[in-house]
Amino acid sequence: MPARSSSFKAAAAAYTQKRDTRAFLRGSMTGYLAARAQRETEFQDWQAAREAASAAKAEAVDNLDRYLPEFVEKIEARGAKVFFARNGDRARDYIRGVIQAHDAKCIVKSKSMTGEEIHLTETLEHEGYEVVESDLGEYIVQLRGEHPFHIVAPAMHLRREEIRELFADKLGPGAGTSDDPTALTMDARRAIRQKYLEADIGISGVNFAVAETGQMVICTNEGNGRLSTSLPKVHIAIMGIEKVLPTLDDLALLLPMLATAGTGQHITGYTTMIGGPRQPGETDGPEEFHLVIMDNGRSTLLADAEQRDALHCIRCGACIYMCPIFKNVGGHTYDTTYMGPIGSVITPHLRGLQEWKHLPSSSSLCGACTETCPVHIDLHHHLLHNRRNAAAAQPAWWERLAFRGYRTLAARPGLFAMAGKAGRLFQKLASPLLGSSIDPAKAWTRCRTLPNPPERSFREWWAERNGTANGRK
Amino acid sequence: MRVALFIPCFVDHYFPSAGIAMVKVLERLGHEVIYPEGQTCCGQPAFNAGYWDEARPLAARMVDLLGGAEADAIVSASGSCGAMLKVFNPELLGETAHAEAARELSGKVWEFSDFLVSKLGVTDVGARFPHKVTFHDGCHGLRELGIKSQPRKLLENVAGLELVEMGEAESCCGFGGTFSVKFSHISEAMAEVKCESALSTEADFIVSNDSSCLMQINGWLEKNKTEGAQPKTLHLAEVLATGLPEN
Repeated sequence: MPARSSSFKAAAAAYTQKRDTRAFLRGSMTGYLAARAQRETEFQDWQAAREAASAAKAEAVDNLDRYLPEFVEKIEARGAKVFFARNGDRARDYIRGVIQAHDAKCIVKSKSMTGEEIHLTETLEHEGYEVVESDLGEYIVQLRGEHPFHIVAPAMHLRREEIRELFADKLGPGAGTSDDPTALTMDARRAIRQKYLEADIGISGVNFAVAETGQMVICTNEGNGRLSTSLPKVHIAIMGIEKVLPTLDDLALLLPMLATAGTGQHITGYTTMIGGPRQPGETDGPEEFHLVIMDNGRSTLLADAEQRDALHCIRCGACIYMCPIFKNVGGHTYDTTYMGPIGSVITPHLRGLQEWKHLPSSSSLCGACTETCPVHIDLHHHLLHNRRNAAAAQPAWWERLAFRGYRTLAARPGLFAMAGKAGRLFQKLASPLLGSSIDPAKAWTRCRTLPNPPERSFREWWAERNGTANGRK
Repeated sequence: MRVALFIPCFVDHYFPSAGIAMVKVLERLGHEVIYPEGQTCCGQPAFNAGYWDEARPLAARMVDLLGGAEADAIVSASGSCGAMLKVFNPELLGETAHAEAARELSGKVWEFSDFLVSKLGVTDVGARFPHKVTFHDGCHGLRELGIKSQPRKLLENVAGLELVEMGEAESCCGFGGTFSVKFSHISEAMAEVKCESALSTEADFIVSNDSSCLMQINGWLEKNKTEGAQPKTLHLAEVLATGLPEN
């Protein structure tokens, strides 16, 4: 078994054994679930809104060649420096270049999954820069040396007490004296506020980019996006090519949908629209503004007409919350930037199908993700499509052999019925083996009993009852 | 109406009582029931595993067999296999000579409870089942076929039956075909969440319209048996066939 697949399975198996942890994770979502359900009812028609949002994203993604240049032209006209990065290396090189040009030492960063995708913070830290995550959840996982557990709620796996201990340990005297959430937030705020003033550069992500006006939009609940992008002299924003929206009207629809699906809010606490660096006569904003627009595998997805709608994703994280796999294995088990259903759909495209094909396979295809997605991405069917593409390109020989044998058998009803009967008989004879180390059905019987084989099959019952009547073929 | 039964292979071999109950209910309602012979597997296991080339001949075979039956409707004993015929076959067979026939068949296939309520307009079949029951929504029935209220309407009209909803009614039981053995630990954890939610209702029976989910649920319950009464699992059709007056 390939290394990634076996480490995923091992990590998943270990996580499923932690009953308390799983119960805590489920419990931590109850507030979100209730708030979200309530927000949905406040739309005139949530389902119609989903279709409209899907249509807006489809218009943008299907016509990127028009909307991206329109967006770039308008934001450049106000002095933004735009760089198109083919991949993570190019994006990091450009960002490093800006940092070096300003001889910067300290960087504040608001949340960016695109930044996570290219390990931006880790890379810069490794190169000796001080990088401070300004989103509270991101700050917590950064202090712990972890990756986000969930794209919207990076520290949702941690109990208050664990955060208190972390702060007491890492933030010096006076911090982590109480596990009251307000006190903990104040501890983090004291530490981060100072950094806003010290930082030479602010880095942010981008939630939406509006072609019509040439503005990028950041949604946060802590105001950290605004502080990170306006206090330092230089702002670098990083976005994927798919973030563009045609019009402000589209933004007006998608902002409440992102808030509803992501956090169960009407709209996020802070919505910041940025049209470039500080303009003449303005009193705030950075002196210099750079925007990195990154592909990093997205055009592979764009070229796949069947799964292109995965680029409609607005990174709300709802499919992750709703996914029973995520709820039982946790966010770190995936070992990807994007966990849960959306991650299992796009990671094989972004990072290699054969290496990551275990992710689309580790799903019961229940469809809870597709049902919850605010832009109606056909997520669980794309898991199937990824399975099909993986098997077509590189089938597991034993699996193909098994399905071919099965196909041959199932094409012969008489033989199929006999095999069924033999199977039921074998199960009876083999019953002493069940649960033992040589149990042929161990993967099932390890945690479940087998159904009792009935005396006769349906077809046998039907034949007895009806004689040969209706027995015509 | 002339109704052809679609009895999925595992129902045929392991849960024939669900199919037998369907026959009773449909005949009691005055319909002619036929069972087109030669049914085997619809190909869903291979399809779900990604082996579409291996699934296609089986899917095409069932399209020929059921599409060729002289019937007004095809009624499935399983929401999941029903979804294979109704939703997935047109995609799987889309580029083949069976494309048209697959689309045609799709329009004639009904899951059992959906057929009774949406097609026939029947919500009271005349059954009597004096027990406390909780209903598990099979994912394929719920999300591919939109079946949510239909089985509940039927259960609410069963004499003596008390329907109690579990908190995790719409959560997947963790079966998912080969997923249940390929990722058996995750499957087990999902079954545990589902079963504990069902147990908390103190229902006597866990009822569903998919025998595969019930196999998963019952398998977990038996393995994790505790003192005291255990709920039993039962296909919806079996509940609806109980206490029917003789024709």
